[in-house]
Amino acid sequence: MTDALSPTLIPRIAPLYRLQWEEAQACHVLLYPEGMVKLGGSAGEIMKRIDGKTSVAALIEDLKSAFPGVPLDDDVKTFIETAYTQGWLRNVEPK
Amino acid sequence: MSNPSNPPLGKPLWLLAELTYRCPLQCPYCSNPLDFARYKDELDTDGWLRVLREARKMGAAQLGFSGGEPLVRQDLEILIAESRKLGYYSNLITSGVGMDESRIATFKDAGLDHIQVSFQASNEELNNYLGGTDSFQHKVEMARLVKKYDYPMVLNIVIHRQNIDQIEDIIKMTIDLNADYVELASTQYYGWSKLNEAHLLPTREQLARAEAIAHDYQVRMKGRMKILYVVPDYYETRPKACMNGWGSVFLTIAPDGSALPCHAARQLPGLSFPNVRDHSIEWIWNESPTFNHFRGDAWMKEPCRSCPEKTKDFGGCRCQAYMLTGDAANADPVCDKSPHHAELVAMVDRLTSTPLATAIADRPLVFRNTRNSKEHVT
Ligand code: SF4
Ligand code: SF4
Repeated sequence: MTDALSPTLIPRIAPLYRLQWEEAQACHVLLYPEGMVKLGGSAGEIMKRIDGKTSVAALIEDLKSAFPGVPLDDDVKTFIETAYTQGWLRNVEPK
Repeated sequence: MSNPSNPPLGKPLWLLAELTYRCPLQCPYCSNPLDFARYKDELDTDGWLRVLREARKMGAAQLGFSGGEPLVRQDLEILIAESRKLGYYSNLITSGVGMDESRIATFKDAGLDHIQVSFQASNEELNNYLGGTDSFQHKVEMARLVKKYDYPMVLNIVIHRQNIDQIEDIIKMTIDLNADYVELASTQYYGWSKLNEAHLLPTREQLARAEAIAHDYQVRMKGRMKILYVVPDYYETRPKACMNGWGSVFLTIAPDGSALPCHAARQLPGLSFPNVRDHSIEWIWNESPTFNHFRGDAWMKEPCRSCPEKTKDFGGCRCQAYMLTGDAANADPVCDKSPHHAELVAMVDRLTSTPLATAIADRPLVFRNTRNSKEHVT
């Protein structure tokens, strides 16, 4: 869990989960043993950028250039925090 | 087929592929039909490949390979590879018997996502007795290999009167084996377990103690291992939302190709289950009379029909309603609004006030095997 989300943090999808685009649902989903979470549009946009290489700060920058003019810092941080609490994300340990 | 009073048709998100009824184990609580010996004509590889493709097109995302023991099928590798290609999240639901390191590695390469291994108990003697085979050491070895090959691992233990008092040892075993999820699943009473319920239904005291222990470990293991504890619904006053509603998200294909809204539904009288050899999955799911039979709420009787909770539990389990009241369209008698609820309570009292030793002396446990199954083939 993260108390204050640090912008330098590099998240990756936890090994129990697989992210994929589901045509039939028209959304991104997280698949895990015997279950599935449907992600809303913005959650999907965030999650698909999480690749274990990109920091939270870089992720937000990338989203800003994809959605110019949208104030999204807080929403993205809140979602990433939730995703950590849900166990969907892990930190990439610094080498 | 749009009926404005019914919600839009859901997608068969969950496909359960029961590849075979063959199984080297003989669990006395097995959920396979009593007369499984009747169904010998299994779908071939091409038949299953077609099922996988058609169901995926209909929106299926979760795929369970189960049985029987799915490892009996030598074409499992082919089916796994195809499911990865199609984009399924594939779950192998196995006893571990029939597995070895090279198969675990091959499945990994083919793209299998997750393996669920079942244990019968945490001690070798009871495990082997309940499974009717010396399988314990092999299961332990397989569970370790599943983790070695970096799969998410669910351990499933069916909980009942004969192993519930060892629940703490069971949980400790799963921690020791590094499980990611643990399902402590109380026996559901249909099929073989209904036959053996006097040996299996735990007492209220046993249950309370086990629940406290499971809860304690849930808190302790938070963030490291998820523990799911499903209590036997015979002790509840509201039924479970069985299968999340009939024909709502679950599609089971039985070994012979019959399509079922729930793996236990085969026992329901008056329904004919469409077969994938004769029909497309699309027709089966959308149009077949059987999948529409208990869809929505038009079929309901009182007290469900006018009950505000009907959108939450869909009136419970059709099989339980049929077995305990004789009519599958009745409310599940677990519900205390059901006029049959008192009978259920009396039955539970009668079963659990009979000492286990007496129950065993009255009639020995019936193991799930072909010989015993043949007695149910009429
Ligand atoms: S419950 Fe036991 S007997 Fe039934 S299929 Fe599973 S392992 Fe085999
Ligand atoms: S009466 Fe029927 S719908 Fe209402 S709570 Fe009971 S089982 Fe559910």
